[in-house]
Amino acid sequence: MRNSNEIIDDIANREYEFGFTTDIEMEMAPVGLNEDTIRFISAKKEEPQWMLEWRLKGFQAFKKMQFPKWQHFEMPELDLQKLSYYAAPKKKKQLNSLDEVDPELLATFEKLGIPINEQKALAGVAVDVVFDSVSVATTFKEKLHELGIIFCSFGEAVRTHPDLVKKYLGTVVPHSDNIFAALNAAVFSDGSFVYIPKGVRCPMELSTYFRINAENTGQFERTLIIADDNSYVSYLEGCTAPKRDENQLHAAVVELVAMEHAEIKYSTVQNWYPGDKDGNGGIYNFVTKRGICKGNSSKISWTQVETGSAITWKYPSVILQGDDAEGEFYSVAVTRNKQIADTGTKIYHLGRNTRSRIISKGISAGHSDNTYRGLVQVGPRAANARNFTQCDSLLIGDRCGAHTFPYIESRNSTATVEHEATTSKIGEDQIFYLNQRGIETEKAVALIVNGYAQEVLNQLPMEFAVEARKLLSITLEGSVG
Amino acid sequence: MLTIKNLHAEVDGKQILKGINLEIKKGEMHAIMGPNGSGKSSLSSVLAGRENYTVTQGEVIFEGKNLLDMSPEDRAREGLFMAFQYPVEIPGVSNLHFLKTALNEIRAYHSLPAMESKEFLKLTKEKQQLVDFNANLMNRSLNEGFSGGEKKRNEVFQLAMLDPKLAILDETDSGLDIDALRIVAAGVNKLRSADKAFMVITHYQRLLEYIVPDFVHVLYNGQIVKTGTKELALELEEKGYDWLKEEVHQKESV
Repeated sequence: MRNSNEIIDDIANREYEFGFTTDIEMEMAPVGLNEDTIRFISAKKEEPQWMLEWRLKGFQAFKKMQFPKWQHFEMPELDLQKLSYYAAPKKKKQLNSLDEVDPELLATFEKLGIPINEQKALAGVAVDVVFDSVSVATTFKEKLHELGIIFCSFGEAVRTHPDLVKKYLGTVVPHSDNIFAALNAAVFSDGSFVYIPKGVRCPMELSTYFRINAENTGQFERTLIIADDNSYVSYLEGCTAPKRDENQLHAAVVELVAMEHAEIKYSTVQNWYPGDKDGNGGIYNFVTKRGICKGNSSKISWTQVETGSAITWKYPSVILQGDDAEGEFYSVAVTRNKQIADTGTKIYHLGRNTRSRIISKGISAGHSDNTYRGLVQVGPRAANARNFTQCDSLLIGDRCGAHTFPYIESRNSTATVEHEATTSKIGEDQIFYLNQRGIETEKAVALIVNGYAQEVLNQLPMEFAVEARKLLSITLEGSVG
Repeated sequence: MLTIKNLHAEVDGKQILKGINLEIKKGEMHAIMGPNGSGKSSLSSVLAGRENYTVTQGEVIFEGKNLLDMSPEDRAREGLFMAFQYPVEIPGVSNLHFLKTALNEIRAYHSLPAMESKEFLKLTKEKQQLVDFNANLMNRSLNEGFSGGEKKRNEVFQLAMLDPKLAILDETDSGLDIDALRIVAAGVNKLRSADKAFMVITHYQRLLEYIVPDFVHVLYNGQIVKTGTKELALELEEKGYDWLKEEVHQKESV
């Protein structure tokens, strides 16, 4: 370990280093989406020609596409020509102390147990040194470097590891996959890049939180994670702290590639601004996430806890290409007020003896709508493929909705596909029972909901799970009665 | 400890309790008996504060406080415990986690700090042995997949853990075989003390062979029509409830 003076020096220097970025931040692309916008973005990011060409290919595809119509909600009117596609990281208004921060936000931080320095950083208060996280980040970086693990921003990877990016970019989510993925391909801002070399087990959870520069990756984030043969990585996206954002549309893309015997565990906690209780404002979270188990005996596992956004619309998917490959999807989606979630997964069984497991827990309260949509597809070559799907819905109150759309397509007679679904209401009997033991209604609901979601929460890394539990309780406050 | 005066209550507009009067003192064991539909379980529901019951008349004073003014959770925190006739299942919530939450909520109400995990586990072990509760069940989800007997034994275990002033056992004997009944009764007997009171609601005299009451009250048609000692229970066992019903009707017609 380096001593703290060195770390402080390091941080001081780094801040200085980044001084130049202020100039760039003043610049914005003109509103609207056309080839010039894309060239502008690419130039701003000093990208090589191949990257620009790929973006333009995405744009060509985008122009030919239309918004889908099959979703179980009314598509909000989105005028993509009215957005600005290079709103460089906005400098948040610097506040001088926590006293200036919205008390409601502070109360939430308090309940989540977020340390004071992190609270300041998240709320945009000037901090001299965010001591813990930065020192941790620094030691992390050294350790990862020793193991040959690449963990950097996407933009950095384009510059420093172009061969790897070129080899895998768009191989899981092609530039023409769907309209939002095409849009992302054309205008993506930044994101994360991870490469785990052969035989390396990444010794820590990789989290955007620890990545310097993680802030302000913008609304079109792009992440690419490659786990080479016999490697393992667990990646955490998001943070339980409430995230307010001015951008209404978020169209991110995440691609995962697992080679032979490799395992990728990808966990998300999403707590973006859901809009007010009448459904005004809030983020549209339209994300394309897909992983491919390319090698034999590889494994990809998605775990998501979705509590924020006005509309959450995503299906983290797994293509089980290698034989004996395994895919998992664990999800808790909570909607309240007028929130909408249309989420689930797609699992493509292509290889022999491939296995998949889907556990989805929807929780709806208020006037919200919560939809599970899932596809399990078994190809002709996927002998002995097995899938188990369990999808449960929990209703709080009588004005919310829960819907399930499971699709199963099997083209191999040796495959086993199981689907179980339940819908339940939080019973007055359950609440009264807990009341009678001295537990007030709000806590009782939190307890019941946490119990209900436990199977999914158990999949999260320990520390994240604790925060996610608290988040669930806070999210549902005031939903009963 | 508990004074019930002229208590009237209804559910869905139907009068269920029609003027209950009852006084329970510290250390006493009261048995409430009566035929089906006489209002036994309604009485416990009203005392515990179940929402769909409306008190239309009367008052209930518990330890000097107006019980009916309190929320169900505050009644529990003040020391009123009800062992449910049909304990609910709560999947995914471990028995111990639930109990720890309950215990600490009650402690917080009395301005006591939350109990440390170590201390809590010690208490758990002690009480689990005291009421002979299966240790394997403590870490399972609350009542999920428990047999009828296991659920009832869990109620007694919770009673031991939360240490209330007044415990109402609502037909705790229903659905128990003789062995389970003995174990449950033995647990309750170990919890009897000079500063704790019990109200045992039962349909049959059988439970009272193991838990010997100081008083036996017979509830019929929403009123306590007879009060006696344990001999009354024996008499009821022998003769059934019909003679009492007749007695009541004769009185009414006079």
